[in-house]
Amino acid sequence: MKKILLNRDFILFSIILIILIAVGFANPLFVTPKSISDVLTDTSILIILALSQMIVILIRAIDLSVASNLALSGMLISLLSTVHPELPVYYFIALSCVIGTILGVLNGISIAILKVPFIVTTLGTLSIYRGLIYFVSDGKQVYSNEFSEDFLALIHVKFLSLSFLFWLAVLVFIVIYILLNHTRFGRNLYSLGGNPDAAKYIGINENKYIIMAYSLSGFFAGLCGYLWVARYSVASTQIAIGFELTVISACVVGGISVMGGVGTVLGCVLGALLIGLIRNALPAVDISQFWQLAISGAIILLAIIINTKTEQRKEKTIMVEN
Amino acid sequence: MKKLFLGIISSILFAFSANAADMRIALVVKGLGIGFFEAAAEGGEEAAKEIGGVEVIYTGPATTTAEAQIEVINSLIAQKVDAIAISANDRDALASIGKKAMDRGITVISWDSGIAEEGRVMNLDPSNTALIGSSNIKWMKNSMGDEGEFAILSATSQATNQNAWIEEMKKEHAKPEYSKMKWVDTVYGDDLFDKSYQEALGLFKKHPNLKGIIAPTSVGIVAAAKAVEDQGLVGKVFVTGLGLPSEMKAHVKSGAAIQFGIWNPIDLGYSAVYLSYQIATGAYTGQEGECIPTGRMGEICIGAGNNAAMADPFIFDASNIDKFAEIF
Repeated sequence: MKKILLNRDFILFSIILIILIAVGFANPLFVTPKSISDVLTDTSILIILALSQMIVILIRAIDLSVASNLALSGMLISLLSTVHPELPVYYFIALSCVIGTILGVLNGISIAILKVPFIVTTLGTLSIYRGLIYFVSDGKQVYSNEFSEDFLALIHVKFLSLSFLFWLAVLVFIVIYILLNHTRFGRNLYSLGGNPDAAKYIGINENKYIIMAYSLSGFFAGLCGYLWVARYSVASTQIAIGFELTVISACVVGGISVMGGVGTVLGCVLGALLIGLIRNALPAVDISQFWQLAISGAIILLAIIINTKTEQRKEKTIMVEN
Repeated sequence: MKKLFLGIISSILFAFSANAADMRIALVVKGLGIGFFEAAAEGGEEAAKEIGGVEVIYTGPATTTAEAQIEVINSLIAQKVDAIAISANDRDALASIGKKAMDRGITVISWDSGIAEEGRVMNLDPSNTALIGSSNIKWMKNSMGDEGEFAILSATSQATNQNAWIEEMKKEHAKPEYSKMKWVDTVYGDDLFDKSYQEALGLFKKHPNLKGIIAPTSVGIVAAAKAVEDQGLVGKVFVTGLGLPSEMKAHVKSGAAIQFGIWNPIDLGYSAVYLSYQIATGAYTGQEGECIPTGRMGEICIGAGNNAAMADPFIFDASNIDKFAEIF
């Protein structure tokens, strides 16, 4: 029992419940099933990106270019859909993923082969990919009436009264859970992040894993590129601007250590849910908007503090037991 | 090799001198990639072509903040442009950089969203501020009826123009004919689509009886209309405000918006460049009481505080949206 209570993921889950109850008291309308399903839909893209960011953070790196990658992939397929509205929606999704993957591989090559530090590389591509959006779109937007109906319809499909976006996030969760916990690839990622030198001695090819981690991150950014433009049915140069920081904070809150090698898939999802909940709940309660940013920062900080404190306590208990 | 080198030098010098003969006017916007400003840039180019010998530098930051805009203006000062025409993200934060540019002999005017008086020669409001404010309340009444709750979804909380309009809306709303329309909230979507969308969703939850949203920003109005549609609230919640016909077309068709308005952004960019040119050449001073000829827009007369207004807002609804969606 004590073990469960001190579990990071369990604590995070409790924090989410407490916030949900508190917001429910302030505004009962926020905790209706419809409203909860809205929050889950709204958080799905964040969950997918946080999970793919986790893969990169596990090997002691970070991908700051995800939001720009998402926006560029999304803009490119949107532009294509204005010229070729007859193409089936699956074509656009696949293309968006391919574009995203290519952009991710470029990051990986720069880091692994050209040995440019990951911060420099992804900070650079953050601007480059964003800049390319202005270049390809000529600064123009793609409006909702310019997309084909097919393009926008998929996102509104519902199953068991939960949205397509939510089920997709569940699918990504399962895939990444299996990938990280039950494959050699996953175990090697953890060992590379936990102890890179040891991992190299036992023959893990670091460069290969860096490129693979970044291409996965790119793949999911590309997927979210489609999801984002279809969901809001607008593609502009501004889409998802600054979203990379939201994604990274979701990972950090979820207990993914930026020192690499530590963190669970479930924790990552809970981190994203907590951030998504805060983003949705604050506009729904009567707090001055000028305070909201500070409050959301404070909750995030609090969650991290509680989380790390329990982790320390756990380590101490182990030592006493020994 | 030497020849090649000389060739490069002379071509650079040539390019430079050709440039120096031109007048360079920078059109600085709140943020790049916003439809409204792209249309304004088009108008600016049109004015430049008409005047001749004028190069328009259309620029702005990627994020809609005053800090980012200051950086853009700093680099324009370094490039020694002749005139800067700004739509400001913050009325006061940009005043000192405007003053700095004027000290270097650059003509600075503000348009669309003004800078405080000391930071510019003159300010061109797209329309009469009082009229925009009262129009928005009227459109809201026409859309939702004269009874019920409504809220404002604005851009950033420091946006000069939006705040001035909201002040005017308050005055209009105080009139007896709106006594049954209850103003329940004012929220800020920062001119970002996803933030505005979330704020709109928040409004629905905070005020379950909400009947209308006024979004006096082209980003906010589209986001609010999309949120109304996604939540199945068409016919229950009506969106109005300031938006572009091309962006709002689908939402007027869906019924999320009945009527809304805006002035012509192409005319606005055209006038801003024309005025900058007239003042930068020294032909006019841009002081109160002056009437400056601005090409096809006729004359623009400058009033108190060196403020001028361009034209009345134009109303769009199902009857004319198709036609105007083709234009801007």
